Amino acid sequence: MTDEPTGTDPAATKTAELSCAGCGEIVFPSEDFCENCGRRLREGAAAPAGGPGPARREGATTKQYRGGADPARACAHCASRTIDAEGYCGACGMRQPAERDHVEITVPAGAAGVSDRGRRYARNEDALALTGHATGVAAVVSDGVGSSQRPEEASRAAADTGAAELAARLDAGTDPQEATRLAALKAAAAVAALAGSPGEAPSCTYVSAVVHGGAVTVGWIGDSRVYWIAAQEPPEDAADAGVEADTADLAELTGSAQLTEDDSWAAFMVAEGALTEAEAEAHPNAHVITAWLGADAGEVHPHVRTYRPSGPGTLLVCSDGLWNYFPAPAALAALVDGSADALGTARTLVRHALDAGGRDNITVAVIPLPTPSTEQPR
Amino acid sequence: MSHPHFSISVDQNKFLPEGGREVHAIVSVEATDTRGSQPVRVDRTRAGEVIIIDTSGSMSYPETKLRAAIEAAQTAIDTLRDGVEFAVVSGSNWATMVYPAQPGLVAADDRTRREAKRALGRLTASGGTAIGSWLRLADELFGDRDGIRHAILLTDGKNQHESAEELDAVLFRCGGRFVCDCRGVGTDWEVAELRKVASALLGTVDIVADPAGLVADFQAMTEAAMGKAVADVALRVWTPQTARIKFVKQVMPTVEDLTGRRTDSAPQAGDYPLGAWGSEVRDYHICVEVPPGEIGRELRAAWVKVVVPGEAGEEPQVLASGNVLAQWTDDEAASTKINARVAHYTGQVELAAAAQEGLQAYRDGDLETATARLGRAVVLAGEAGNDAMTAMLRKVVDVIDPVTGTVRLKRDISKAAEMELDTRSSKTVRTRKDETVNSRRGQG
Repeated sequence: MTDEPTGTDPAATKTAELSCAGCGEIVFPSEDFCENCGRRLREGAAAPAGGPGPARREGATTKQYRGGADPARACAHCASRTIDAEGYCGACGMRQPAERDHVEITVPAGAAGVSDRGRRYARNEDALALTGHATGVAAVVSDGVGSSQRPEEASRAAADTGAAELAARLDAGTDPQEATRLAALKAAAAVAALAGSPGEAPSCTYVSAVVHGGAVTVGWIGDSRVYWIAAQEPPEDAADAGVEADTADLAELTGSAQLTEDDSWAAFMVAEGALTEAEAEAHPNAHVITAWLGADAGEVHPHVRTYRPSGPGTLLVCSDGLWNYFPAPAALAALVDGSADALGTARTLVRHALDAGGRDNITVAVIPLPTPSTEQPR
Repeated sequence: MSHPHFSISVDQNKFLPEGGREVHAIVSVEATDTRGSQPVRVDRTRAGEVIIIDTSGSMSYPETKLRAAIEAAQTAIDTLRDGVEFAVVSGSNWATMVYPAQPGLVAADDRTRREAKRALGRLTASGGTAIGSWLRLADELFGDRDGIRHAILLTDGKNQHESAEELDAVLFRCGGRFVCDCRGVGTDWEVAELRKVASALLGTVDIVADPAGLVADFQAMTEAAMGKAVADVALRVWTPQTARIKFVKQVMPTVEDLTGRRTDSAPQAGDYPLGAWGSEVRDYHICVEVPPGEIGRELRAAWVKVVVPGEAGEEPQVLASGNVLAQWTDDEAASTKINARVAHYTGQVELAAAAQEGLQAYRDGDLETATARLGRAVVLAGEAGNDAMTAMLRKVVDVIDPVTGTVRLKRDISKAAEMELDTRSSKTVRTRKDETVNSRRGQG
């Protein structure tokens, strides 16, 4: 059984978009060459997308990772056009910047995301997916576990599977909490299926955020996070800013707050009272995660929570490449300019993480609330 | 001809510090049967074998030397599998056909083996030594045939009856045309000379000090030759336009510098001849100098492939490939780590050089240098876990402290011990305990 968007999905029937036969990039009928890879599009080169595989959704920019093989592409270092299947230049030998090295995504609902390789790793093992759904926007961020095999494939599968499933469930009217849980489980299954043998299990973290009406539902496994950055912090004398009135399934959000709790050694030690937050963060084990997606993960139990912000603000869905440098909600809030658009905010946050050292891959999705455009997303 | 399955694995620390230029890697090339770990099937491989026996006058002093050589050659003939085309040549001031009578090769069967052994039995020793002329006849016998082409050369003396230039010219002509394993019997031959022959012809060199050991040695050598399934294998090394290959060395089973053997084969690529292969593993140390790159950038510093000639008029076939990478990092812990296998083989290349230089100094009467170099060799052999080298070194020096390499030259070093150490000094061992290699192979 498949839960891909089908004929019942209003978006799927909307357009038959064209895509480049060389790289799969969406192209327009008026274009002669693919903007992405430079391939000539005429002479039957372009084919309608949405044939085999999931139909493309409007605003669903869950970009597919493509390898470096692209004979038409010029080397980023020496301009020679001899890039081979493994992504190395045939003249100067440099590994080409993968498409995934820096990815920017925007969706019509005013949300955006940026994922960057950072300054220290050769590869971007984070993955990001943003999609519109019937009543709002959904974002998924996944961070490949560096010590596993092919972590970049794990995170890609998790983000794409999770986002597609979330949108499909929400479009079908499933309750956001249940949709979040089911999407995480489907992503977990997709990642587990990547394992070629018991000895190698590609693994990753997972975090999703769904905006529906005025509420936010988050789900996670691992240490990727969601933050709420309030446009206006509550007055100093108010009771503890941030999460308030924590009822069974709906928490009221006043000020900026972290909406997820890491499945990590550090979080565990802090929760147990064994270490302070600062001690735990400084410990070599700080980044050891205690739950993940992967064939070796055992049974996966996604955490799911729903919040209702009391005022406007911005939702940040991010990997530890960002929050390592700015773990406190207030630190992130200081970097978010309420007047900037979502893409501008995402770029600014990534730039700050790069400037701070960029030791890890950096990914952040930015979802403003309420949606800035007057038009509701599909 | 069905090829064995070749695989390449690269062992290196790809991380370079900021501004780093020199990339080192150990490239292991392994050939196995396509069905897995079983030996390569060779029964249908076309093969030619030429056995060259020194019959100069010295071979009859003592007479047991010639008799042992004949017996060894007869055993080698018995070891040839049916259908292998062979010939036996005797060498003195010139080369003479022993079997068949006219220059050419004949297919091995019961009758030809019997005739060849009988012809060997009639050999007598007289005249001088002109190794180049013997090799020239072997080369004519192989002609332009394809498949495995292997020769065994046995000699007991120096190449006195032709000039070094004549020998060099023949070696230049024969390089890549056939593989030749060389054996020196007794202690009157020259190690450097025979090593040069073996090296040029991609073969092995060894000493058989006691003629009684010849039979077993010839049998082993012929069995190894019969185990070869593919000839004319080459290592193709591609490098970036701005890079420079500093060296390509075989480091296992023996040290052999291949750097100068390169022939340009494709844009930015050169081929290094590896000879014939059966089921076996050989390791190569490759060093490439690259222009420094930005932190975080990754470079393919070398693209290494195993190639064999294609069918007539066709491109060579690529049977395996691997990447030697470079990535610049500001993480000092990563960039300062020296790969264990690179270090291991670097030590053994130095070990071979130290032993050979020490022995040369000893022959030149420079006992101080001899003591220092052989002492260094003792340290390196210990570090590498090369027990065979340690044992041979202990026949020429008394070890006072194996850690610092304090040694004393033995009062009377036997010629056989000196030549044995010299001849075998380039033999290496894979790694001290070889755990990583074993576990990796265990998964295959």
